[in-house]
Amino acid sequence: MDYLAHLALNAGVFMILALGLNLINGVCGQFSLGHAGFWAVGAYAGAAYSLFAPLPIPDWANLLISCGVGFTAAAIAGLIIGIPCLRLRGDYLAIATLGFGEIIRIMINNMEVLGGSRGLTGIPAWSNLFWIYLFVVLTVLFMINLVRGTHGRAIISIREDEIAADSMGINTFKYKTIAFAIGAGLAGLAGPLFAHAQQFLHPNNFTFIWSVIILLMVILGGLGSISGAIVGALILTALPEVLRFMGETVAQWRMVIYSVMLIALMLLRPEGIFGKRELTLHWLQKLLRDRGVG
Amino acid sequence: MNEELLYFFYDLGQYLINGITQGSIYALIALGYTMVYGIIKLINFAHGEFYMIGAFVGYYLVISGASLWIAFPAAMLGAGVVAVIIERLVYRPIRHAGRIAALISALGTSLFFQYLGQGTVGADPKTFPPVIEEISYEWGEMMISNIQIIIIITTIVLMLVLRWLVSSTRIGMAMRAVSFNHDAAELMGIDTNKIISFTFFVGAALAGAAGVLVGLYYNTIEPMMGLMPGLKAFVAAVLGGIGIIPGAALGGLVLGIVENLVTGFWASNYRDAIAFGILIIILLIKPTGLMGKNIREKV
Repeated sequence: MDYLAHLALNAGVFMILALGLNLINGVCGQFSLGHAGFWAVGAYAGAAYSLFAPLPIPDWANLLISCGVGFTAAAIAGLIIGIPCLRLRGDYLAIATLGFGEIIRIMINNMEVLGGSRGLTGIPAWSNLFWIYLFVVLTVLFMINLVRGTHGRAIISIREDEIAADSMGINTFKYKTIAFAIGAGLAGLAGPLFAHAQQFLHPNNFTFIWSVIILLMVILGGLGSISGAIVGALILTALPEVLRFMGETVAQWRMVIYSVMLIALMLLRPEGIFGKRELTLHWLQKLLRDRGVG
Repeated sequence: MNEELLYFFYDLGQYLINGITQGSIYALIALGYTMVYGIIKLINFAHGEFYMIGAFVGYYLVISGASLWIAFPAAMLGAGVVAVIIERLVYRPIRHAGRIAALISALGTSLFFQYLGQGTVGADPKTFPPVIEEISYEWGEMMISNIQIIIIITTIVLMLVLRWLVSSTRIGMAMRAVSFNHDAAELMGIDTNKIISFTFFVGAALAGAAGVLVGLYYNTIEPMMGLMPGLKAFVAAVLGGIGIIPGAALGGLVLGIVENLVTGFWASNYRDAIAFGILIIILLIKPTGLMGKNIREKV
């Protein structure tokens, strides 16, 4: 039971992370490879609050403040990085964000206050399944409302054609920056939730490979699809565990299997499971009717 | 001259020597990045892995008794052949699926080789046998080893060969033509697929050579060794102007020297952050790189 609970915790954290990256890479069409860096900023900022300056209020209230601190810190980091980098396009932006993600990790590695390369211990265990999934639901609601609203439409138009959006009078730079900062902020929100569940943070939790895995979740589900991000996070959290049960050899080669899957996905179905569609009740009903079931 | 100043110059000289050696390695890897980018506009994330493969081919040949004169060309050949296979199986089918899809497959290929390496040869570092006995030449407080000299000379020779290949041979002319305009080159009867395969081969062979040189220099190799030098060589390629062959050589040298000067005089803990810092500065100030020309984007 503990094992399943732990998996569910991780799945929830990755859902929030994937939703954040989906806003940047999927909805806005930019290419960020530094998501783990923002996750680290949020986790360390939130944990620093609860370790060094918690207010004398109930734990749950402190957790909420910690999440707020994490969100704000990562969103500010997103602004600092986004404003110069979002002038770049495509692959250049990917490399620049990758660079920033690594710089953030190396900086934390050298900060003795935050435990440096020994890791940060003794973080209070405030987070649990309830809080994580509450935030997952809130994030999903926020994303749905954002994508359906005026600002969301503007962000989508940048993905579809940036030059056309620009000439239709949309301030593309402003909306790209907003999407980038919110996406980074969501990664920052996942940070304290993760930190207060694990009670331990280490810079190596936030290496480049995690940015790739989160990206893989978003792409597997379908770039731009909210339900896709959720399903992608769920599958890729469960998959290593399933592979573990399939015997020693499979477990040992799990990362090789991951990478082959990634390449195969790109070759066979580059749009992911859902594409840009959403998994809604309406869509399910239609699907069942078309198959002659409903 | 007072003593403090003298030691400062000794330090400076030493860092420059180390920087040029390190920079030669970056330059060799960066050449492959820049050639592949020049010809199919793909950032080949897996390029660092060709360097790792070269190092391991060299390692296994050397420990099974082959001399360096066989192991070195064989490593170049091995890395080149793997690159051609990868190009055929992964990059060619995906070439028209958009740049993001191509970039993600390149990432996947990179991870594949890293973890395949860990699974087959083990994650622990291997000791590259010291085939060349190390001799240090001293001048004041500065030192240069024969291996450093070998690395610098080999790099220069390989670059001259590459220069001859690209500027004075028929296949080099075809490479330049495909890079300049893919479709027009195809209409002129150039077999573009063959040229692209050949470009991958040459680029990866240079990276493989760098792998063996690093094995000789640092004496350890491991399956993950390609990750950081691969990313840094990409930075070197962007620094010099991506797609421009002399730019990659210049970028590699500049990156190696700056990295050694900064870590030597100032912040040794931030070695890996320097390259990314340079990347971000160059992208913001002159995204086309040191030797690049500005091309306006047309709608």
